[in-house]
Amino acid sequence: MEHTNFIRGGTALSAKDVEQNKAFSVEDELACRYAWDTGVGVGRYLEELKEGNIIGKKCRKCHRIMLPARLFCELCFRPTDEWVYVKDTGVVNTFSICQVNWDASRVEPGEKPHLPAVIEIDGASKGMGILHRLGEVDPKDIKIGMKVKAVWKPKRQRIGSITDINYFKPY
Amino acid sequence: MRKVGVIGAGMTNFVRRAQETPKELSYEATKAALDSCEMNLEDIECVAHGTAPDAFDGIHQKGEYLADGSGGWNKPTMRVFVGGATGVHALIHGWYHVASGMFDTCLVVCEEKMSSAMPHAQGFFLTIFDHTTERALEPTLLWIFAMEMNRYMQRYGYTKEDMARVAVKNKNQGRKHPASQFKEEVTLEEVLNSEVMAYPVSRLDVSPVSDGAAAVVLAAENVARQVTEQPVWIEGVGWCLDTAYWATKDLSYPRYLEKASKMAYDMAGITEPAKQINIAEPYDPFDYKALHHMEGLQLSPRGKTVELLKDGHFDQDGNLPMCPSGGLLGVGNPIAAAGTMKVCELFWQLRGEAGERQVPGNPKYGVCQAWGDLMQVSSVAVMGV
Repeated sequence: MEHTNFIRGGTALSAKDVEQNKAFSVEDELACRYAWDTGVGVGRYLEELKEGNIIGKKCRKCHRIMLPARLFCELCFRPTDEWVYVKDTGVVNTFSICQVNWDASRVEPGEKPHLPAVIEIDGASKGMGILHRLGEVDPKDIKIGMKVKAVWKPKRQRIGSITDINYFKPY
Repeated sequence: MRKVGVIGAGMTNFVRRAQETPKELSYEATKAALDSCEMNLEDIECVAHGTAPDAFDGIHQKGEYLADGSGGWNKPTMRVFVGGATGVHALIHGWYHVASGMFDTCLVVCEEKMSSAMPHAQGFFLTIFDHTTERALEPTLLWIFAMEMNRYMQRYGYTKEDMARVAVKNKNQGRKHPASQFKEEVTLEEVLNSEVMAYPVSRLDVSPVSDGAAAVVLAAENVARQVTEQPVWIEGVGWCLDTAYWATKDLSYPRYLEKASKMAYDMAGITEPAKQINIAEPYDPFDYKALHHMEGLQLSPRGKTVELLKDGHFDQDGNLPMCPSGGLLGVGNPIAAAGTMKVCELFWQLRGEAGERQVPGNPKYGVCQAWGDLMQVSSVAVMGV
């Protein structure tokens, strides 16, 4: 039996078809707003960011010092134990040089690309990375394994958010 | 558990923007799958369907909305949703409806219409990130793909050109697929010189957004043998979910996929997958993912996959053809439907019905896989004749 007999529909429409009223479309806009409670573990993590500290949580069973701080250890499935201050330095695990904004629009010519990175924070367990951005660095100089340090916002501008750290820069 | 066979398959064309509504796309694929095995909706006892985020369509609980188009009217109907892994997961979902003994027949239908979201479906992916610790950084899905690709290449010394070879192979193979949204041949230079989106990802390293649907009909062994002389058996299934703390794991290797594939191979009695599997349809939304997944699927030794690719090992006439359909890169990527397209491909390949794309040598076993969420979940099915 020829499988092509069982491929049907999926009629391609071009933007032009819509513009020229060959096909109609209906538009609507949905505005969604939320207020998220930060929770127990992450709440303290954010409070400490406001003070200029990065804090993790330790599990006495698996001995991991975890970031972001969390109420329970997902591996041992038990409550985490001590709060542990870690450093505000780390190592670039991986990175990208991104020319696309979150809504798929492009970074304008002359603007700087986004420099997201996974940063393994010193003092946390090995491999414990967080998502953040890099700054004060020429994109072509970024390397996996590069040592970086947090650049904090001035204290009065901090609000208890991951963005209280502006970015991480090489040191 | 009972033996379950795939007895029919159908799909729509994959296109950038379809005139049809999601429900109409589902209908076309479902009807084609039923026609392929000369069955009617009355012969179907239940429906397992899959579709990815509601946000794409702006229809909350779109599973229920799609039910009429997927034959789900007045029947036990269930939607499954695990992001990009949905297309193969829906097959597993349908499989246990029948394997359990609850039902003798089941329709598996997956649909995605990505073109409705304005200006681009990509924007909705912002909302899969943790709202407290990540979203304020305005991430895009490209970030995590790009960073996983970078880590993967760095780990084994693979280059951008190595990865681009997958895009060239799959996109050109996809030209043989009648449902493909591409017609033009692509060269290595074109992939390498395409717009840099998020280094190391360039535009042609990525599969396109698409609209489309795909469906298969499942039946218990006794029914399957009555309906067709060539059922394709679901020999094994596996799935696994990793942590949502994605930045804390080894991005160079999908350990959750290793686990999912071992589950499926154990069930299928496959002890040496790299030797026993004749066709692989790994999930390839980005070129590097196909190779990353071949390693996770235990079909290629870690760090040696580019060598095998260059040697033609994964070509249509190679030792282990990879993505003979053309994959997501070559056919299109309507999220949930893309995974089910791979199920359809194995069905056609294992029955020797794949036309120009047919893998030679009467293949006996194929494996298909889909992947999604925050680089977190994989679903695997081994199919055989």
